[in-house]
Amino acid sequence: MAITTAPGSVREAPRPASPARPARTGLGRKVRDNLTGHAFLIGAVLCFAVFSWYPMIRGIVMSFQRTRRGVTSWVGWDNYIRIVNDPSFWTAWKNTFYFTVLALVVGYVVPFFVAILLNEFRHARGYLRILVYLPVMLPPASALFLFKFYAYDPSEAGLFNAILKALHLPTSQWMQSPEMTMPAMVLASTWMNMGSAVLIYLAALQNIPGELYEAAELDGAGIWRRIVNVTIPQTRLILLLLAMLQIVATMQLFIEPLILANGAGAEDSATSVAYLIYQHGFFQNDLNGAAALGVIMLVVLAGFSAAYARLTAKQD
Amino acid sequence: MAQDSGTRTLISHAQLRRGRGKAIYWTLLTVVVAVFTLVFLGPLYWMVTGALKSGQEIAQTPPTLFPADPQPQNYVDAWNNLDLAKLLFNTFYYATGAVLFQLVLDTAAAYSLSKLRPVFGNAILGLMLATLMIPAMVLIVPQYVTVIDLPILHINLLDSPFAIWLPLVANAFNIFLLKRFFDSIPEDLMAAALVDGATPLRTLWSIILPMSRPILGVVSIFAVTAVWKDFLWPKLVMPSPETRTVSVGIYAFAGGTPMNVVVAASVIAAIPTVVIFLIFQRNIMSGLTTGSLKG
Repeated sequence: MAITTAPGSVREAPRPASPARPARTGLGRKVRDNLTGHAFLIGAVLCFAVFSWYPMIRGIVMSFQRTRRGVTSWVGWDNYIRIVNDPSFWTAWKNTFYFTVLALVVGYVVPFFVAILLNEFRHARGYLRILVYLPVMLPPASALFLFKFYAYDPSEAGLFNAILKALHLPTSQWMQSPEMTMPAMVLASTWMNMGSAVLIYLAALQNIPGELYEAAELDGAGIWRRIVNVTIPQTRLILLLLAMLQIVATMQLFIEPLILANGAGAEDSATSVAYLIYQHGFFQNDLNGAAALGVIMLVVLAGFSAAYARLTAKQD
Repeated sequence: MAQDSGTRTLISHAQLRRGRGKAIYWTLLTVVVAVFTLVFLGPLYWMVTGALKSGQEIAQTPPTLFPADPQPQNYVDAWNNLDLAKLLFNTFYYATGAVLFQLVLDTAAAYSLSKLRPVFGNAILGLMLATLMIPAMVLIVPQYVTVIDLPILHINLLDSPFAIWLPLVANAFNIFLLKRFFDSIPEDLMAAALVDGATPLRTLWSIILPMSRPILGVVSIFAVTAVWKDFLWPKLVMPSPETRTVSVGIYAFAGGTPMNVVVAASVIAAIPTVVIFLIFQRNIMSGLTTGSLKG
C-alpha cells in the first residue's frame, strides 16, 4: 500500500506498476477485496455458526447420545424410543395438531376476510389498522395474563362469562374444561397474532390491478364470484406462504399452554409438543430426549415445507 | 390515504357512492369501527381498569364497567413487590444491546454480501436463509447446551446479556431485509466512491448508511420488540432474579401474587411496546409488509 505518487497519477496508471507489485493486479486485488468482504461478514457468520448452524447439528447428534454423570455415550435410537413411550407423547401431538387445525380455520381465514373488508373502506383506514395490529405489540405474557385472570375466569365475574350471561347463552368453565381449553387458547392466540397477517394481506390486496375486478363485474360476476375468481387467485402465493408460516408457528405452541393452562391443563388437554420438549429438557433432566423430540418436530415440519414447495411449484 | 383516488377494489367507488350502496357502506363502516374498537381496545380497557379494582370488586357478579373505588395501590404494589424498575431496566438494557449488535454486525454482513461480494458469499447467504426454515423450538435445547458451554472457549453465558445479544445477531430475516435494501443502491455510487479512494468502511459509513435510515429504523424497532416480547429464551438463559426480563419476572411472581397485581404489572410491562408502536406505527407496518416473511 506504499503509494507515494499523487492520487491523480495513481488513478491514471494503476496497472503499469504491476511488474514490481503483482498483488495490485487482477487476482491480488480480488483477494484484498475479499479480505475486506470477509472481515465485514465474520461477526454475523460467527454468530450464525455458534448459535444456529452448530446447534442444528448438535441437536441431531445429541438425540443419539445420552449424558449420565458427565459421561456421554452413543445410545442409538434409545432417546427416540423413550420419548415416544412418554405417556404424554401422543396426547401432545394430538393437541398440537388440533390447535394447528383450529388456528388455521379461525386464525387464517378470518384475517383474510378482515383484510378484504378493510381494503374496501375509504375512511378510518389508519385507525382500523392500528387497532388490528395493537395486540401484536403486547408482550405475549402480558396479554395471556389478561386472558387467564379476567377473560377466562370460570365464575360469572369473568369477562366472557358475563357477556355470555348477558346474551342468555350458557357460560363456560374455559381453561378448566378439557373441551374448551383448545378453543380458548386459539381465541387468545388469534387475538394476539392476527394483526400481522391482516397487514400482509392488505399489502397484497393493494397490488391487485383494478381492471381485473372491472372486467369480472362486466361479465356479471357478483361480489362472492369476484373474491373467488379474482382476489384469491391474485393473492395465491401470499396465501400459501402465510399458511405455511402459520403452520410452522402454531406447531410450536408453547406460551399459551404454559401461562393459560399452567402447562398441561385440565386432563392433559393443553400439553403441546413444545411444552413436552421444555418438560423433558429442563425439568426431567433429559436434554437428550428433548433433543430427539426436537428432531421429530423438525422432520414433521419439513414434511409440511415439502408439501408447500410442491404446491407452489406446480402452478408456476 | 386519499379519500377517492385509490385504485379500484372489489367493489367500485361509484357503487359505494350511490343510494343503497352508500347506505350499506356507512352502516358497515360504523359497525366495523364499533366492533373492532370493542374487540381490540376493549380487552386493553378491561385490563387497565380491572387492575384498578379491589379484590372483592373483581370477583363481583356481574362485573362492573368502571372501577367503583379505584385502587391505584395495585399498580404501586406491582411496581414495588415485583421490583419492576429493575425488570424494566434489564429488558431495556438487553433491547438496547440487541439493537447495537444487530445494527453493527448484520449491517456489515449485509453490506458485504450485497456490495463487496466475497467468495462463497452466496453459499453463506443460502446457509443463513436456510435457518429461517428451522423452527425455534427445535433449536432450543442444543442452543441452551451451547450457551452454557460455548464451543472451544468453554465459557458459560448464563445470566450474561451476551446470551441474548449474540443469538439475536443470527437473524437471517434482518440480513435479507438489509441486503435487499443495499442491492437497490446503484453500483455507480460505489464505483464513484472507489475512484475517490474511499475504503469500503468509509463508503458504508458515508454513503450507504445515510441512505438506509428507514430500513435501519425498521431493523431497530423489530430488535427492540423481539427482546421485549420474547419469553422462553430469556427465561432459560437469565435464571437469576437479578437478570430477569420483565415478562419472565411477572411470570415468576404470578403464582404467589394477587391476580390484580399481576395484571397491573402486565399493563406496566406492555406500556413500552405500545408506546413504541404508536410512535413508529408507519415504519413498523411498512417494514412488516416489505419483509412479509417473519413467522
